[in-house]
Amino acid sequence: MVAAPYQHPLAFVAAPESHRDAAGRNLETPPGAVALRLRKVDKRFGDNRVLRGIDLDLEAGQFLAIVGKSGCGKSTLLRLLTGLDQPTEGRVEFLDAQGRPAAGNARIVFQEPRLLPWFDVADNVAVGLGPGTLKAEARSRAQEALADVQLAEKAREWPSRLSGGQRQRVALARALVSRPGLLALDEPLGALDALTRITMQTLLGRVRRELGATAVLVTHDVAEAVHLADRVIVLEDGRIKLDLAVPQTHPRRHGDPDLARIEGSILASILGGD
Amino acid sequence: MTLVETLTHARKATPQRQPLRLPFLSREVLLPYLLPALLLLVWQIGSVSGWISDRIMPSPGAVLLALWETASSGALANDIAVSGARAIAGLLVGGSIGFLLGLANGVSRLSEQLTDTTLQMLRTVPHLALIPLVILWFGIGEEAKLFLTSLGVLFPIYLNTYHGVRNVDRDLLEMGRIYGMSGWTLFRKIIFPGALPSIFVGLRYGLGIMWLTLIVSESIAASSGIGHMANNAREFMMTDVVVLALLIYAALGKLADVLARALERHALAWNPVYQR
Repeated sequence: MVAAPYQHPLAFVAAPESHRDAAGRNLETPPGAVALRLRKVDKRFGDNRVLRGIDLDLEAGQFLAIVGKSGCGKSTLLRLLTGLDQPTEGRVEFLDAQGRPAAGNARIVFQEPRLLPWFDVADNVAVGLGPGTLKAEARSRAQEALADVQLAEKAREWPSRLSGGQRQRVALARALVSRPGLLALDEPLGALDALTRITMQTLLGRVRRELGATAVLVTHDVAEAVHLADRVIVLEDGRIKLDLAVPQTHPRRHGDPDLARIEGSILASILGGD
Repeated sequence: MTLVETLTHARKATPQRQPLRLPFLSREVLLPYLLPALLLLVWQIGSVSGWISDRIMPSPGAVLLALWETASSGALANDIAVSGARAIAGLLVGGSIGFLLGLANGVSRLSEQLTDTTLQMLRTVPHLALIPLVILWFGIGEEAKLFLTSLGVLFPIYLNTYHGVRNVDRDLLEMGRIYGMSGWTLFRKIIFPGALPSIFVGLRYGLGIMWLTLIVSESIAASSGIGHMANNAREFMMTDVVVLALLIYAALGKLADVLARALERHALAWNPVYQR
């Protein structure tokens, strides 16, 4: 694994990002990133039809945000995308960059950090490597992932000593340490205070771009979705109501008027009824 | 002198109202022993003034003398060693059975359905009520004491281990499974450490029951051990030795608890409750 070099949080101001090398290949898409293809996906729990005929294609390396009211099926959809759950009908396929079937290899960040209180921070991150990684190697890779989320100096702390935002950064490092092809974010910033949330959005966006993984974010916060994602879908009653590209380049500025317009139209769609 | 130096100097010169810091004489260490010491004092004064008859209760001095006599003859050390060995044997046998059953029933639904009801029924039988049967089965040898002590230790450790395993945070278990843990790894990294605080509660409770059961079984049928020493003394009206035996039990019980707590602090260092 190549360590991501340390970047000052404001480094992007000076350095415009280039996503293509000399040959024109997209550098943002790492070889491991997976593409998703959903066809006529239904999910029922008893008589309750949570998802109704979802068709969705997601390119490798794309960042998708799913928004919608509570109970619209967005968390269920995320569980299907990560292979945690199987659809009642229809297909969920994972494809590699060449379009061949691939392993999902998804990592999840939950709303709560879900750190193991009896492991120190580095060992918690090492959990993300899965069983079977040698201890010394696991610790050194964990250390690199912690540096990516700017918590290198906390490697030996107990999780109980960290603040809420720091714990969630550890959870993020745990999800990133194995360089997953698909990153699933289930309202990862939902429990944080407003200011911590904004810093975390910037951090999340940066590490995700460096990793280049395909990402799916479920959130209540439309501004967050628009700030981070390349594409936002609105879910209502188990159907995709709105599917919107957010073409602005990353990193994005909080309070950008174009983004605010997109945010407005998404909110109107969620709240507007029809 | 600059202002800062002046201030620093002033601070050094003014004696701070710092309490005397001797490691073994701090308030925290001494305060818990204030009440026992006070009781001892009242007891001694009562005995000397004749207010407490020494046929009923010997004076602390007499108990101290008994301690000196039994200790110098070597009988005391022998009795403590015998009782200690029995206690440890009972703890190991009963504790491991309770621990393994608690784990099995916490993890496996089948095992729980098969054995939990039976264990709950057995648990409510006062195990000291089994003494007549136990003497019939095992005679008055070591087996009887081992059986009773193990039985006493088994249930608190079983209950708390079971409770601990069943109450491991579901979210952490789900996280572990999603991150590829299963079987032994899941047990070692999540289930066992998650159940450990509860297991320690069971251990400390079990230690108390261990001494209780041992005393009773030793005073009924034994030719050595603290319980035997006390029972023997009772027959000869040696109240000082009887009281000495009680104090030794108290000390051993406290020692066991201190060891268990030290172990707990070490094993649960991650828990904010044990951090300073």
